[in-house]
Amino acid sequence: MHSLVKRFGPGLGSLILLGVAVWLVGMVLAPNLMMLDFSLRPNLTPAQIGGPDDHYTLVNFSALFADPVHRAIFFKTIWASALVMLTTLVVTYPMAFWLAKVATHRAVAWVTVALIIPFWINEVLRTLAWYILLAFNGPLNVVLVGLGILDTPMRWFGDAGVLAGMVYAYILFMLFPVYNSISTLDSAQIEAARNLGASTIQIHRRIVIPHAKAGIATGCVFTFMLAAGSYVAPALLGAPGSRWFTEVIYNWFFEGGNWNRGAAYALVLLTLCMVVVMATLRIFKVNLADVAK
Amino acid sequence: MTMTLEGAAKPPRSNTAFASILAALPRIIFAVYMALFFLYLFLPLVVMGLATFNASKFPTVTPWLGTTLDWFAALWADQAMWKALRLSIFIGLGVIAISLPIGTAAALFLNSLQDRSRSFFYALMVSPLLTPGVAIGIATLVLWRQAGVGGGTLLIVLAQASFITAYVMLMVAARLQRFDRTLEDAAIGLGASRLMVFRRILLPYLKPSLLAATFIAFLQSFENYNTTLFVRGTETPLTVYIATKVRTGLTPAVNALGLVLIALTVIAAVAFELSRRSSQRTAKP
Amino acid sequence: MTRSVELIDIEMTFGITRAVEKLSVTVESGEFFSILGPSGCGKTTILRLIAGFMQPTAGRILIGGRDMVGIGANQRPTSMIFQSLALFPLMPVWENIAFGLEVRGVPKAARRRRAEELLDLIALPGYADRMVHELSGGQKQRVAIARALAVEPQVLLLDEPLSALDLKLRQHMRSELRSLQKRTGVTFIYITHDQSEALAMSDRVAVMSAGILQQVATPRELYANPRTAFVARFVGETNAFSGKVERIADGLAVVETEHGTFLGRGAAGLKAGDAATVYVRPEAISLGTGAGGNGLDALAEQLEFEGATAMLHARTEGGQPVMAALPHHRLTDAPPAGARVRLSFEPAQALVLAHA
Repeated sequence: MHSLVKRFGPGLGSLILLGVAVWLVGMVLAPNLMMLDFSLRPNLTPAQIGGPDDHYTLVNFSALFADPVHRAIFFKTIWASALVMLTTLVVTYPMAFWLAKVATHRAVAWVTVALIIPFWINEVLRTLAWYILLAFNGPLNVVLVGLGILDTPMRWFGDAGVLAGMVYAYILFMLFPVYNSISTLDSAQIEAARNLGASTIQIHRRIVIPHAKAGIATGCVFTFMLAAGSYVAPALLGAPGSRWFTEVIYNWFFEGGNWNRGAAYALVLLTLCMVVVMATLRIFKVNLADVAK
Repeated sequence: MTMTLEGAAKPPRSNTAFASILAALPRIIFAVYMALFFLYLFLPLVVMGLATFNASKFPTVTPWLGTTLDWFAALWADQAMWKALRLSIFIGLGVIAISLPIGTAAALFLNSLQDRSRSFFYALMVSPLLTPGVAIGIATLVLWRQAGVGGGTLLIVLAQASFITAYVMLMVAARLQRFDRTLEDAAIGLGASRLMVFRRILLPYLKPSLLAATFIAFLQSFENYNTTLFVRGTETPLTVYIATKVRTGLTPAVNALGLVLIALTVIAAVAFELSRRSSQRTAKP
Repeated sequence: MTRSVELIDIEMTFGITRAVEKLSVTVESGEFFSILGPSGCGKTTILRLIAGFMQPTAGRILIGGRDMVGIGANQRPTSMIFQSLALFPLMPVWENIAFGLEVRGVPKAARRRRAEELLDLIALPGYADRMVHELSGGQKQRVAIARALAVEPQVLLLDEPLSALDLKLRQHMRSELRSLQKRTGVTFIYITHDQSEALAMSDRVAVMSAGILQQVATPRELYANPRTAFVARFVGETNAFSGKVERIADGLAVVETEHGTFLGRGAAGLKAGDAATVYVRPEAISLGTGAGGNGLDALAEQLEFEGATAMLHARTEGGQPVMAALPHHRLTDAPPAGARVRLSFEPAQALVLAHA
């Protein structure tokens, strides 16, 4: 604080402090603490507030794990998000490596533009594109049946549709961190390993991936968080059997009318994401400062 | 690439054709991968774009019921769309008004801190980026309900700004890290006041990152759905409008909107890149 | 002469490390004053204290007779040239030069005029609208000087500004700086770790080591009569023979060392029985038995040709290295490696300093 005032003078220094305080206290900490408070209270009618029933309780949390449907959806959301994360990593890794170590500067520039274009439009439209493509009478089924690959049209909506749509939506969040970290690897290391007789797989396993672990961790953290918190893809591309945890939360707020329970569910989702972030960073031995770049 | 000495000295002649195929295999696999990757990336967009020109009432390319430009006209005539667009732009500007100054302040704050407190505040500042958007929306909603403020434009702006500020902070901080602080000493030594150093030295230096941050902040706001969904009240910004269309009757007018948005953002991106390059050319550090 | 900068009992500590031990120095008006010392000796701290970027832990700083306490860096009659030059990369040359005038509210036309005058002074006419990155190293150097002079400072503070330049350019800039200082009459306080730079340019030099002021003197005095062992070793090359003072006779000290008994000029306060070291410059040592009586035997090891002279590296029987600079005309009879040589030096050329 002292150095801030010393550097910017008292006027500008206190303005900076004020701005940071408004953001961190008013827009980050206070809302989350209020959500915590909300989640620990029962859902009361206005008349009951301040009455004998108005006390802290864990009922909103226990309800999540007592309800078999919600519990199943919660755990399904976890593993499905993990699957999205892994699939995205597998799909993007070769591209990231190619961009970082093989492609020419021109190719990198062009491919980067090509990669970014789909992401200038919002997630809803991107998902809508998949909605159109995967429709029962849609182009994908028509082409696959026409080519004789399928006998009858497939119902793509459901788990497959959600996976395709989510991987699509979050590709860049994986690709760019991985690309960035691979591109800092000295190419001579790859050549040295090859010169010492390492196979392609050995080179990736022993040289490239260990070097790129910060980028991989970053990509994984973001992809998991975005997938677990996604609402559009499951809503549009899902089926009744592939409900997502965010949809349950939404229902508590706008259909079930129990905000306290909704807040508790949202808090569980938030905690889950934080745990995954911390665990991933710990496993990959990566520092938070390397993640947000 | 093979290191076996005997093999290199005496290649088995009969197997050369097979060996060359084998040698080319990684290339073939890679070419297939690249093709599939870009197919995956662009097929949905191409289908969505083409469907705009199909006379079919539901957006699709199969069956093709005749080529038309009617859906652009339908989009143009859609008053609800215009209203949603105006609201989204208004919200985007509101987010810029909050996130740009605060995000810049946060970067300057971080830049002036010592190691330990710095990593604490850094973690706190990036935490909104690692928080699911729905949780941000919900937290903002429940806080402001206590103050008697319900969902609506104000809460959309506040909820979005709470994490978009983190993006601004990161972008400004990245440039600030490369700033040579002796320039500040030099200006002070020549008689400049603290405020003048900020206005004449630091701010011009940060300008490129501030421009980029403005652009990104607007785009993030304009695209946002998850957070907005919970704090929107009865307001309908553009993303919500598009999503509700799926339920209330999807027509290729939405595809037309998608095409227009792609075109606009590509133009903006190209213009942005060109101006960045030209400014880089005139002022190399 | 009037006093330009006075440091009175200045001390500076950072946490528990003491960067500057209590010291007092007076710099005269119009003087080219250098502070010489190895990196980390506290010289840059002193410069930043004078500039006002730091406040001393104790002591007073007077500039032009005015106490600088409570006066910020932006209100002092000083101007600094940074090691990195710190030219503003986003401003053209003339705006850089006129920045100090701009912040003082000088109108634009007058600023521009002044900048062009200064560009003439530093022999870069027509460079006003160039960008900083288009300039060569030497040109940047000169723009930094012009920028610092534009505010018409009483004192110009220079923090090793030549260190980034290559040798040729550095030597050229030395004489340019020196003549600029004489023309403008501004007091220069120049920080450097390069002793030849300090000796070549300065009116007076202050030598510092580990936060302690060792000696303030003219370059000649510093070279001929170093007051401390540090100065003797740091400024120029020297041979050192340590031993014990036998007696003092006629101002000459007789010192017993394991390489022989040497006569030399005793520093003030030196008395018999002191542990002391005899310092002799390589150029004071000659081959053979010269006049004066200080002689030692050594084994020649190698000869390094250095242009005007050649440096003979030899070793005494006790294993101590000895350097002797041989003038050009003696090169023909220079001893081959492994030869026994007799070296000698005059007592007047040797200095005896007691151990601290």
